[in-house]
Amino acid sequence: MSDLSIPKAQSQFGAVWRQFRIHRGAVFGLIVLGILVGFVVFGPFFWPEVKLKVVEALKVKNQGPSLRFPFGTDQLGRDILVRMMAAGKVSLAVGFVAMMIAIFVGTGIGILAGYFKQLDGPLMRLTDLFLSLPLIPLLLVLVMLFRDKIAAIMGPELGAFLLIVFAIGITSWMQAARIVRGEVLALKEREYVLAAKSIGVPARRVILRHILPNIISPVMVAATLGVAEAIITESVLSFLGLGFPPDFPTWGRLLFDGLNYLQLYPERVIWPGLAISLTVLSVNYIGDGLRDALDPRIRGR
Amino acid sequence: MLTFTLRRLLLAIPTLLFISLIIFLLVDLAPGSPMSEIPLTVPPEVRKKMIEALGADQPVFVRYILWLRQFFWVEPANLIDGWFGTNLVGGEQRILSWQSRSPVFTVIGQRIPQTLTVIGTAYLVGIAIAMPIGIYSAYRQYSVFDQIGTLIAMIGFSVPTFFSGTLFIIVFAVWLPWLPTKYDTTLAVTDWSSFLQQLRQMAMPVMVLALANAAAISRYMRSSMLENMGQDYVRTARAKGMTERVVVLKHVLRNSLIPVVTVIALGIPSIFGGAIITENLFGVNGIGAALIGAIHANDLPMVQTLAFIFAVLIVVFNLIADILYGLLDPRIRYE
Repeated sequence: MSDLSIPKAQSQFGAVWRQFRIHRGAVFGLIVLGILVGFVVFGPFFWPEVKLKVVEALKVKNQGPSLRFPFGTDQLGRDILVRMMAAGKVSLAVGFVAMMIAIFVGTGIGILAGYFKQLDGPLMRLTDLFLSLPLIPLLLVLVMLFRDKIAAIMGPELGAFLLIVFAIGITSWMQAARIVRGEVLALKEREYVLAAKSIGVPARRVILRHILPNIISPVMVAATLGVAEAIITESVLSFLGLGFPPDFPTWGRLLFDGLNYLQLYPERVIWPGLAISLTVLSVNYIGDGLRDALDPRIRGR
Repeated sequence: MLTFTLRRLLLAIPTLLFISLIIFLLVDLAPGSPMSEIPLTVPPEVRKKMIEALGADQPVFVRYILWLRQFFWVEPANLIDGWFGTNLVGGEQRILSWQSRSPVFTVIGQRIPQTLTVIGTAYLVGIAIAMPIGIYSAYRQYSVFDQIGTLIAMIGFSVPTFFSGTLFIIVFAVWLPWLPTKYDTTLAVTDWSSFLQQLRQMAMPVMVLALANAAAISRYMRSSMLENMGQDYVRTARAKGMTERVVVLKHVLRNSLIPVVTVIALGIPSIFGGAIITENLFGVNGIGAALIGAIHANDLPMVQTLAFIFAVLIVVFNLIADILYGLLDPRIRYE
């Protein structure tokens, strides 16, 4: 008897995951990002910061790698490994939170513009305007002008974090808005949307129940790539000296601090630079893999 | 085409006005303005004089209109005066930098050649690297060359220029003392040895920017070539017995260049933005460095003007890209 068994139906998640696994770069990205996240989140539990007195710290400043300090110490006797873990936490947090803001604003504007015809024109003009803004100069100006005031209200650490995350978020939603608008324009002509409308479903529910779940894929891809973008933008600000304060560093800030010692201790620049580059590279690869995996036309093959 | 161009030009005016308003208000209404930084030991009447001298006691909209007038009328008029010896300006106030008390555009005029030499060369080198790589990776899709090209392009996207730049410095200036770390702006090219010196100091910033640009452009080139390779006219050309060389480099390449050219035009303003980092890292004394300097010195007119110039670049090159697309591709006809 020939084998006529029907292939077992698989969940959508399973299908996406199977396609994702084929993409070698994406798997590599996932592993590297996992290691990096583990390093910054769980690292401090295994390698706690040892508080040194000023005199002790001065004695151990500018040391090379040793058993006590695997990455060496900086010009103030601080353990570079501890600083790398702390900085990574902030860098990744900036990337994720800024991306959330950008995606939230972008999806909202995209849906409104795509679904409601009378809003389309004004909102898309607004998007074009934002796309014409010179972002890096504007972000630099924003940080320079508002840093001290916000730090005075909320403390230097939280103030810098909120200001930079917010500034990056509200200047990088435009791509998401354009993608979402395009998808919504196509989706709202589909029969099931018409059916929902014809039985009197209000616009709010049509959007939430029928349109939003169907634009998740492009939004997820845009979100992944947005994280990479936000991490780079933050490190550019820090690199130009207009980012986070030195006692609350990010990888970009560590790189900026290391520049002064470039000739003597190049590793102080290389470690944070490598961390930024690896994060961005792996996130970009994951985005690539997700794009393929979430596209049902490619997934069938 | 003409009506389209005219309409886009007209549409660019409100866009620019709006952006200028945003930039002006952002800088002007911000809490950290230099008015608050005058030391408390300065007596009140002197403080008042200082604020008056900077023109900062006028209402916001008056200053905005004045600034617009200076930007769009006084400065161009001054330029024309300089060229033709006319007297259009008639002693009107120009935009003055608060740092140096000299006109902002004089400073910008001194800085722009540095930026253009480095960035212009970098962009051209980037295009020259990207084109052949993109064409060959598309022609041999999924070959080893293509795979390596894809990997390198991905790395080129992901490694930020400030890190690739520092790596270059570590390798080519610290380990191998071949190239100078800092760009010497005062170097004048007069003879062969100073020309070589100029080439050596340009090598690192140009390579850093060129590699970053080449990564993006080669990807566009590749996908555009791939799109055309499968077209019917390519099969027809091959069937007529044309050599591969003619088919790829004449038929396919010409059609594939259309979107790439617009991408190149669109990328120009963003590399000016990216050049801020490179200029800062290598000490090129261009407009990016001027912007950073002005920001650290709280020199508001300079910051406003430079930020607005960046915005003008973006709007202008968007316009150029749209018009180029219409000119190059006969299938696109704007009504």
